[in-house]
Amino acid sequence: MAPEARSQRVDAARALREAGVTALIAFGLFLPLIGFQTVTDIHNELILQTRWQLLFAITAVVCIGRLAFSLGIEPWLAQRTLRPANATSAPWRSFVGRWFVPFAIGFVIAYPPIVIALNGFSGAVKWIDNFGIQILIYVMLGWGLNIVVGLAGLLDLGYVAFYAVGSYSYALLAKTLGLSFWILLPLAGVLASFWGILLGFPVLRLRGDYLAIVTLAFGEIIRIVLINFVDLTNGYAGISSIPRPTFFGIPFNANEDGFAAVFGLEFSPLYRTIFLYYLILALALLTALATVRLRRLPVGRAWEALREDETACRSLGINTTNTKLTAFAMGAMFAGFAGSFFASRQGFISPESFTFLESATILSIVVLGGMGSQVGVAIAAIVMIGGTEIMRDLDFLKQIFGPTFDPTQYRMLLFGFAMVLIMIWKPRGLIATREPSVFLKERKTIAADLVKEGHG
Amino acid sequence: MEVFLQQLINGITLGSIYGLIAIGYTMVFGIIGMVNFAHGDVFMVSAFIALIAFLILVSWLSISSIALALFIVLLVAMLFTALVNWVIERVAYRPLRGSFRLAPLISAIGMSIFLSNFVQVAQGPRNKSIPPMVQGEFVLLTKNEFAVTLSYKQLIIWAVTAVLLAAFWYLVAQTKLGRAQRACEQDQKMAALVGVDVDRTISMTFVIAAALAAIAGTMYLMNYGVVSFSDGFVPGVKAFTAAVLGGIGSLPGAVIGGLLIGLIETIWSGYVSIDYKDVAAFSVLAITLIFLPQGLFGRPDVEKV
Repeated sequence: MAPEARSQRVDAARALREAGVTALIAFGLFLPLIGFQTVTDIHNELILQTRWQLLFAITAVVCIGRLAFSLGIEPWLAQRTLRPANATSAPWRSFVGRWFVPFAIGFVIAYPPIVIALNGFSGAVKWIDNFGIQILIYVMLGWGLNIVVGLAGLLDLGYVAFYAVGSYSYALLAKTLGLSFWILLPLAGVLASFWGILLGFPVLRLRGDYLAIVTLAFGEIIRIVLINFVDLTNGYAGISSIPRPTFFGIPFNANEDGFAAVFGLEFSPLYRTIFLYYLILALALLTALATVRLRRLPVGRAWEALREDETACRSLGINTTNTKLTAFAMGAMFAGFAGSFFASRQGFISPESFTFLESATILSIVVLGGMGSQVGVAIAAIVMIGGTEIMRDLDFLKQIFGPTFDPTQYRMLLFGFAMVLIMIWKPRGLIATREPSVFLKERKTIAADLVKEGHG
Repeated sequence: MEVFLQQLINGITLGSIYGLIAIGYTMVFGIIGMVNFAHGDVFMVSAFIALIAFLILVSWLSISSIALALFIVLLVAMLFTALVNWVIERVAYRPLRGSFRLAPLISAIGMSIFLSNFVQVAQGPRNKSIPPMVQGEFVLLTKNEFAVTLSYKQLIIWAVTAVLLAAFWYLVAQTKLGRAQRACEQDQKMAALVGVDVDRTISMTFVIAAALAAIAGTMYLMNYGVVSFSDGFVPGVKAFTAAVLGGIGSLPGAVIGGLLIGLIETIWSGYVSIDYKDVAAFSVLAITLIFLPQGLFGRPDVEKV
């Protein structure tokens, strides 16, 4: 009893010392940027203001957090690692595993009626548009990039370029030629995949991080061209009044021949939102279905072989050039679909929508979800995009921090922080196991720890 | 000819800044094999720290000697930026060492997003401009009313870069820390076996990288007199390009790559198109990686099966 009590006391002393050191470091860390604020005064000159209270508050929070970690969480973690791991998984887990996907698909199909029932007609627009459509766009982009990164193992940091190609092809062709959404949707996909092949050619020899950086450079080049090629793209000002999609020729407006009038309904902007929701849902499910089917085709098997080991893949006689190019083209095609949907939904596009941050967001969704896992990618998109969207309307925080507090400012801050935290917590992503597409006798799940990352 | 000479001077100035940042990329890549995506934002943070230190010195302590002020600003920026990068390594990269290779890259991208948004929230989204620290210039030659000038601040940038690079070279080539670093680059396990503290060496690498980025940040602030929270990304990518061009892992390569990128950029904007100056740097990156992946001074990466 006695030695144990002493060791606990020693632990407390150690925790206090560590908390003190952490507080000092935090104080030094936040001293310049939190302790002082640069503001422009009325003479348009930069002056300094101090924020000592905020600085000490943050330091105290960090110090208490560290203390709680060393006294509470650390012993608990140590206990948990000591306990033997449960070899057999609980029966509820396999039950959830079997029924999760059908249930989730059912839920997303039933989502608009549920939201309308809960919030009424006027309140539902926000939920379907900001959460439903926004998240589904990223789910689709995530699944598209998943083909390139998760299946073929080619790290692409410029994926947003193909999204931009899809958006601009739809916007320009729809405005100049007046073609309908349904003709331009496949065309945008074809154009985007053409660019995928074009940009894929030069980078065939590159691997890993290098490939990531070159694709980043290509993405930025396309964005800079979009900004500076003013005659075609209208530069920073962007393209506005892009034609909206129609319900097989019936436009969504308040006119006589509009959707509401034709079906004898009262006009509401909600119909278009619901239509767009189901449209992007269908496109996203198409992406998922295509991926599932492609994995069973020779080309899909070649992608996964390429990811595991390029040298072995080549020695087995697989044409790695074609394999890589098809992966780029397929991934880019789905980005093109998503891009043309995005342009028609917004009605306005500008190069601002296609920054590197978008590529980083999509890639982080794929990696955080667990590369190659479609369910994981969808969950990561919901967590990351839904989480940042929720930040937009946390008005109760204003009551805590005062009326000048604006939670939307902190969206991207927390987004970046969450990326770091999730990586530290689960470096392999949220769902790190996957079902093999080819198996001998019985189907075993592969833990992602066993799988080497792709070189590409 | 005069335009060329002027762009040469401007290019070397810009190239010195890129070179200093590029060393940070190349050192970190050399020792733990990761592209430290947040390095450009560390550079931006250092420019902000320099800005605040400068304002404290000039408006609160009313120091009149510009040389003294500049020296203190440099020291303060190096110190605090080193602390920032040390903490980043401890928090965001160390737990992921030896893990799946994409994990540190994603963590670094997250850190980069975090840093730029942190500065945006803490200091506001507007451009921060200060009155010029150093004024005056030498007129080198005048012809047809076009004067080729070398301003004092450009001269200071050249001198500071040269002196600190020499000090840094001494640190890496001659000291125990430098030997430990080179040992860890070659083989971490073996280095640990012969008594090198690998964790400490990697931490020190981040500290040195941050100190060099802080010099670049201070010089950037002095040269342009303006900084904003989004200024980390593009210089970061260009400095990475410089590191790749020079051969990643090679320290002299990073400096020479930086100078080359600076020159390419200024000459491109002087003669071709200023709107597409970033395209020039990015194209150099792509072309180098495609045709000369090991860079100018790097060792070729041989894969053993």
